[in-house]
Amino acid sequence: MSAGTDRRPVVHLQGVHKRFGALEVLRGIDLTVQAGTVTAVLGSSGSGKSTLLRTINHLEKVDAGLVEVNGELIGYRRAGNHLRELHEREVLRQRSGIGFVFQHFNLFPHLTVLENVAEAPLSAQRRRRSEVLPRARALLERVGLADKADEYPRRLSGGQQQRVAIARALALEPSLVLFDEPTSALDPELVGEVLDVIRDLARAGTTMVVVTHEIGFAREVADRVLFMHEGVVVEEGSAAEVLDAPRHERTRAFLAKVL
Amino acid sequence: MTPPTSTTPQVGAGAAGTPGAPAAPGTAHALRVLPARHPWRWVATAVVAVLAAMAVNALVTNPAWDWPTVGQYLFSATILDSLWLTVRLTLVGTAIGLVLGTVLALMRMSANPLLKGVSFTYISVFRSVPLILQLLFWYNLAILYDRIGFGVPFGPQFWTIPTQDLIGPVTAAFLGLGLHQAAYFAEIVRSGFLAVDPGQREAAAALGIPRGRQFWRIQLPQALRIIVPTTGNEVIGLLKGTSVVYVMALPELFYQVQVVYNRTGQVIPLLLVAAVWYFALTTVLSVLQWAVERYYGRGSTREDQRLPLLVAVRSLRAARSRRAGVTR
Repeated sequence: MSAGTDRRPVVHLQGVHKRFGALEVLRGIDLTVQAGTVTAVLGSSGSGKSTLLRTINHLEKVDAGLVEVNGELIGYRRAGNHLRELHEREVLRQRSGIGFVFQHFNLFPHLTVLENVAEAPLSAQRRRRSEVLPRARALLERVGLADKADEYPRRLSGGQQQRVAIARALALEPSLVLFDEPTSALDPELVGEVLDVIRDLARAGTTMVVVTHEIGFAREVADRVLFMHEGVVVEEGSAAEVLDAPRHERTRAFLAKVL
Repeated sequence: MTPPTSTTPQVGAGAAGTPGAPAAPGTAHALRVLPARHPWRWVATAVVAVLAAMAVNALVTNPAWDWPTVGQYLFSATILDSLWLTVRLTLVGTAIGLVLGTVLALMRMSANPLLKGVSFTYISVFRSVPLILQLLFWYNLAILYDRIGFGVPFGPQFWTIPTQDLIGPVTAAFLGLGLHQAAYFAEIVRSGFLAVDPGQREAAAALGIPRGRQFWRIQLPQALRIIVPTTGNEVIGLLKGTSVVYVMALPELFYQVQVVYNRTGQVIPLLLVAAVWYFALTTVLSVLQWAVERYYGRGSTREDQRLPLLVAVRSLRAARSRRAGVTR
């Protein structure tokens, strides 16, 4: 969208490999995400797209390759010829600059909506309540849930819960927000309200990587579209290039199935 | 069993199908819904009511229960003293059990194989040996180790104390009950943590919430929802289990009533005194358990979670202030 003059890469992945036992889930991923852009990651289930997303904030360790966010190596530091894994405290600090929205929301059920949103700024960023609470309320306002601040998450619909989860991720004022199939667990009629919120974020210039099955949404919002298959990126380009004129046979087969 | 009033065509109904009258279309709204009849429920109710009446009758009319004697001893000083010891045994046993049990559970869940192994061994040993045996071991600890010393492990000791001075019968009972209980609590605590959705920890980690905070603020309150009800049952079990301590000749409730009836010969009424007190204490614990469960269950259902008492008080207050407003 507003890639504009500032061509600063927020995410930079280089040769990322990841295996679970015998299964190699990521087989050499290179990825660059520019500031203020939206990248949609498509692919059939098992193609490694969620794992890719989770390596960006070190929820998954990598077996080889570099992951950088805002020029900072994530999860490791360079020690000569080695990558030394960082202490958990360091990783947590790095993560507090990266928002993550889960497929199943993962809201804290015993905390109210407002407490969910305020928790990380209070405990991870150690900011003052007087500063955090008004901001949390403003974020709930932004996702259209100002009146639900004192409810518990289970009393909300799936769509509302996911909007709270987005507000919770934004509360850290992240430079990057990662979405892992944010609408896949929702009833069809609730998908729209969540996509509306993400669309607004895109308009505001938030840098986002979205793993999704919503092709229409990707076409409309994404600046770049990646198509993954068996742990590699087989096709990458603008939404028009990948979705309307796919060159790779796998992409064509996938699109034929989901469209 | 509903009669075949279905309006959908019955495929292959054949000979069995009743060629009766399916409700004419448009008249369905006139059909009344009647609840199913349950004649056996009435029979069961009658049987149970008669049995209950017989039980009450047997308790009240048989003079052998000797209710006047029960009343005479229920609040006597000896019984109340022994009751206090029973309460203390329960409280201290629970406290030791909970603290040590939590530590053991955390050890068992850690990635360190030594911590895991020690915890596993402790739990299996203390769960396998009967409580009464464990209590006798602690009671006789002085035979095994006549002095207890403090100092450098395997090295010099700075001071020592005779075991009997450090661990008297009451302390032995506290230890015996607490250490036995810890093995059970450890498993309860562990199952509580295993029951918390791993997505919770992941979400907390993704938000960069510090490790300690993840534990205290996110995981523990959710684990407690599972831990509290089972713990309540364990504490009630421990309360009754304290009666085993009579083998150590400690004057707790059960031991004390035996002392009294050995002197007076009023066996049944004194056993009844003990039973009434155990029942009363268990009832108190059950109410406590209910309140705590409610607190940790908040957010777990879609219903209104406020305590009914609180709601009643609030609405009463609101009504009063309204009335006050009118008269003013």
